Amino acid sequence: MSKERLAIIASKGTLDMAYPPLIIGSTAASLGVDTAIFFTFYGLNIVHKEKMHNLKLAPLGNPAMPMSFPPSVEKSFPPVKIIESIFPGPPQIMGIIPGMTDFMTSMMKKTMKEKGVASIPELIELCKEAGVKLIPCQMTMEVFGYKYEDLIDGLEPPGGAATLIDYVTQAEKPMMLFI
Amino acid sequence: MENITANKVLDTSGLNCPLPVLKTKKALEDMQSGEILEVIATDPGSKADIPAFCQRTGNELVKMVEEGDRILFYIKKK
Repeated sequence: MSKERLAIIASKGTLDMAYPPLIIGSTAASLGVDTAIFFTFYGLNIVHKEKMHNLKLAPLGNPAMPMSFPPSVEKSFPPVKIIESIFPGPPQIMGIIPGMTDFMTSMMKKTMKEKGVASIPELIELCKEAGVKLIPCQMTMEVFGYKYEDLIDGLEPPGGAATLIDYVTQAEKPMMLFI
Repeated sequence: MENITANKVLDTSGLNCPLPVLKTKKALEDMQSGEILEVIATDPGSKADIPAFCQRTGNELVKMVEEGDRILFYIKKK
């Protein structure tokens, strides 16, 4: 019987929300905790062969988003620092400009890369190496029409809520995290 | 104590959470018990995370030194 098991539910499919389950999952496994990540609803896109490379970040409806540019952009084009100092975040109205979501996404990806944060596909590989069980949600696959072959290699067989609860409660210390 | 000779050096300069911890774990896997791994990090979060990793996994953090922007860890494999 395992001492400790951690089950993480990854339910969001935006770029920012794809990071926490993968970072916590890979780290927990490296620290010796048996770990599983259950990808459900939009979180299933994180393990979708094509969609995992196109996760996006929308400025609209996200008041916590800072107005910040990657260090390399700040260096090569200093006027962006003035924009950063004026606006606490991208004005919500900018969200309706076509291409804004793609622009914000590319800025965030660039910033993450320059700050030495691993990309989503890299983090997935790190999770696999650390022995994290990656479980796609069967019900979501049906709803979205995703086939098992549409998803990346190395996943566990699709499962449901009972699979996850059973996995985690087999340990002396079960832990669950909803993200 | 002052002169610790490392059997292996892992440079995680420029990398951010969770990479220093994951790479440390991986580097230790290929080492023998009692050997010393030197980890170089620039991520300020590693000051708390690497000791937590050692505490949890039973590997001994022999020494931690801050050298300007760099933090050096000497870890003895369990």
